[in-house]
Amino acid sequence: MNPIDWLLEPLAYDFMVRALLTTAIAAVVCAVLSCWLVLIGWSLMGDAVSHAVLPGVVIAYVLGVPFALGALVFGLLAVALIGAIRGTSRVKEDAAIGIVFTTLFALGLVLISVTPSQTDLNHIVFGNILGVSTADLVQVGALGAIAFVVLILKRRDLTLYAFDPTHAHAIGLSPRRLGALLLGLLAMTAVVALQVVGVILVVAMLVIPGATAYLLTDRFGRMLLIAPAVSVGCSVVGIYLSYWLDTASGGMVVLVQGAVFALVYLLSPRHGLLRRQLARARHRGGAPVAAGKQSALDAVE
Amino acid sequence: MSAAIDVEGLTVRYGEVPALEGVTARVERGRVCGLIGMNGSGKSTLFKAITGMVRPDRGTVLVDGVAPAVARKRGLIGYVPQSEDVDWAFPVSVRDVVMMGRYGHQGLTRRTRPADRAAVAEAMERVELDGLADRQIGRLSGGQRKRAFVARGIAQGAEILLLDEPFAGVDKRSEATIARLLRELAAAGRTVLVSTHDLHALPDLADEAILLMRRVLLHAGVEEVLEPEHLAMAFGLDVLDRPGAGGAS
Repeated sequence: MNPIDWLLEPLAYDFMVRALLTTAIAAVVCAVLSCWLVLIGWSLMGDAVSHAVLPGVVIAYVLGVPFALGALVFGLLAVALIGAIRGTSRVKEDAAIGIVFTTLFALGLVLISVTPSQTDLNHIVFGNILGVSTADLVQVGALGAIAFVVLILKRRDLTLYAFDPTHAHAIGLSPRRLGALLLGLLAMTAVVALQVVGVILVVAMLVIPGATAYLLTDRFGRMLLIAPAVSVGCSVVGIYLSYWLDTASGGMVVLVQGAVFALVYLLSPRHGLLRRQLARARHRGGAPVAAGKQSALDAVE
Repeated sequence: MSAAIDVEGLTVRYGEVPALEGVTARVERGRVCGLIGMNGSGKSTLFKAITGMVRPDRGTVLVDGVAPAVARKRGLIGYVPQSEDVDWAFPVSVRDVVMMGRYGHQGLTRRTRPADRAAVAEAMERVELDGLADRQIGRLSGGQRKRAFVARGIAQGAEILLLDEPFAGVDKRSEATIARLLRELAAAGRTVLVSTHDLHALPDLADEAILLMRRVLLHAGVEEVLEPEHLAMAFGLDVLDRPGAGGAS
């Protein structure tokens, strides 16, 4: 088949157009947020919050209020519980995270099992990008836009918070409030992304793009461009592949992101494995070169 | 005129564990003061009390005559972190780091203005890093890294600079460069408080020093503090065997 048809045929279906738009929006917002998450070391927190929103979404569905509201409440509840367990017992943070998010996720599964229209809600767990309605798209667009704008406006403060919270405090900013802002945005973004890949795989959208960009550049500003570009590219390719190969779309999106990460991990010109191995081989073969580099650094002193 | 740092009867406990007990110390403006003590002697806690990161159980802290919260808002306190507290692989350039000193002067989105750019360029020149502005922060040598953070404090316009173990992992020559820089800053009216294990560096660096062991054992001129019997109070007897040795860590 000719490549133009390969690209255009799916667009003849409205559901595919909505799927691609929703995916692109979610990919951008998640990728931007992921830049901070991977640098602070909050990947596990992203995993926790994205799973913990499930009962909130189910309850919101039952009450007929926007998903985002329920998700936000439970996302923040999860963060508060994790903090409380860590702060008031001898249990360490990773264990606290593991306990809280699995329990809340389990609560969500139980709630789904007792709520009538089951099929609909299982889509939250696994994603249902091909079944996105126009109303869903509007909600994703609105939430995504809010999260995106706040992240971009506060990007310098968030980066300072990630890099040196002590300095942030010393110049009169509140690291606590910046952390809370980031967690709130995380809960909101999780809602956006779960439409695409489902609760279980949201964390992939929240970690892989940032990690990929981190291997490609030493500039945070560039990370903020590379991550969304890579993420949107992978997600759109994933949707097309799932259309033509007739596979699960959420899974395909994440699979492509993972594959691109693997390539970058191996081949990144700056921080790739190959480059590192070559550098090490050179180091072993010609130690004086490396030593010369070191003293060159010192000489600038 | 109020002292740069004025600590009065400061007690800080972490739960049941006392970190500082009844610490009283006054550092005048334009002085370089060394803060000396073993691990766990309360040096970091004293820094945290000055920046207001920990709340005193008793006592008061005044920075430039005002409470730490006010001093923070005014950008009076510049902080140079310990090397091990910094993620050196973080994707920021030297210029980015120094620019972080300007955030207190900027609007809510921290948009860079020409005045900020000028202050950052001047600060980098001051610490002789102007040629390395675009370098990723981890690609500097140990001494250059420290100077980048000092430049951040300068760009900030901080009146009081707190340096936590600035000489760890820094070679002798860079150490001298940093000491000279800090002395110049003090001569220009800023106040510098440096915690250090490195007693060798102290005479060239500081005017005075505080020997800390949860309380102030001695606060005096550097020469007096470095007398073996005084160091023995803070570090135990082994220092007596090699007076003035830097092996107190």
